[in-house]
Amino acid sequence: MYLYKVLIMYELDAAFSALADPTRRAILARLAKGEATVNELAEPFEMTQPAISQHLKVLEDAGLIVRRVEGTKRPRRLAKAGIEAMDQWLAMLRKALESNYDRLDEVLAGMEKHKKGKKR
Amino acid sequence: MSKMTLKTEGDTQVVVTRRFAAPPEAVYHAHTEPKLIQKWLLGPEGWTMPVCITETKPGGKFRYEWTNGKGGGFHITGEYLELEPYHRIVHVERMHLPDPTPDNHIETRFEADGEGTLMTMRMTLPDSKTRAAMLVTGMEHGMEASYVRLEGML
Repeated sequence: MYLYKVLIMYELDAAFSALADPTRRAILARLAKGEATVNELAEPFEMTQPAISQHLKVLEDAGLIVRRVEGTKRPRRLAKAGIEAMDQWLAMLRKALESNYDRLDEVLAGMEKHKKGKKR
Repeated sequence: MSKMTLKTEGDTQVVVTRRFAAPPEAVYHAHTEPKLIQKWLLGPEGWTMPVCITETKPGGKFRYEWTNGKGGGFHITGEYLELEPYHRIVHVERMHLPDPTPDNHIETRFEADGEGTLMTMRMTLPDSKTRAAMLVTGMEHGMEASYVRLEGML
């Protein structure tokens, strides 16, 4: 179980590092609309194909995208597993913070009551 | 009450917003007075904060210590940079696990919103790697809560 946790954390770390770059975020946004070839991905960025390929490799290593073979083309698409893992931890972090703030709601309600009690 | 939002901004920031049904003054107190902080800033179920010290002045230090009551625990230390009652707190903090994590710079704003308060907390980490690590640590503690609940069921 512990090893499993370490592996997940390692993968998420790679995923978030991959997301730290604006070009890679833009590539993911493009792929969210559907599969695309390297040429199609390179077009809007005014970057050379090798530069785009390097970004694609980082995204692939991080488990965020996968490639398919179609003749000489290698179209890329979003990897469901990688994206879902990131969604999941964000949901968990959100939950931990939310329970704190739900408790704070109760604390604030108690303070308000106390204040009203004093006025009387 | 209202839903919390949590999002990353740019390469190094995380922004959390939340509305509260109390005026900024009360929300500010709940963020600076140890007796109040100890009631809510607890994270996963089963954790308590036995130590909470706040020197609420610019340059003042604070220290939060958490425990799960089973020998597990960690603490956060930090310094206040700016305190504007009851609207804004700027501080730096680090978690000790037990090695200290890189400094997290946090600005918390409390704005009047009707009869309540809109809180905006902006965390800035030194770099994107550190932000990733912090968010993943948050996940680990979230998972810890699931394990604690699971233990109770077995």
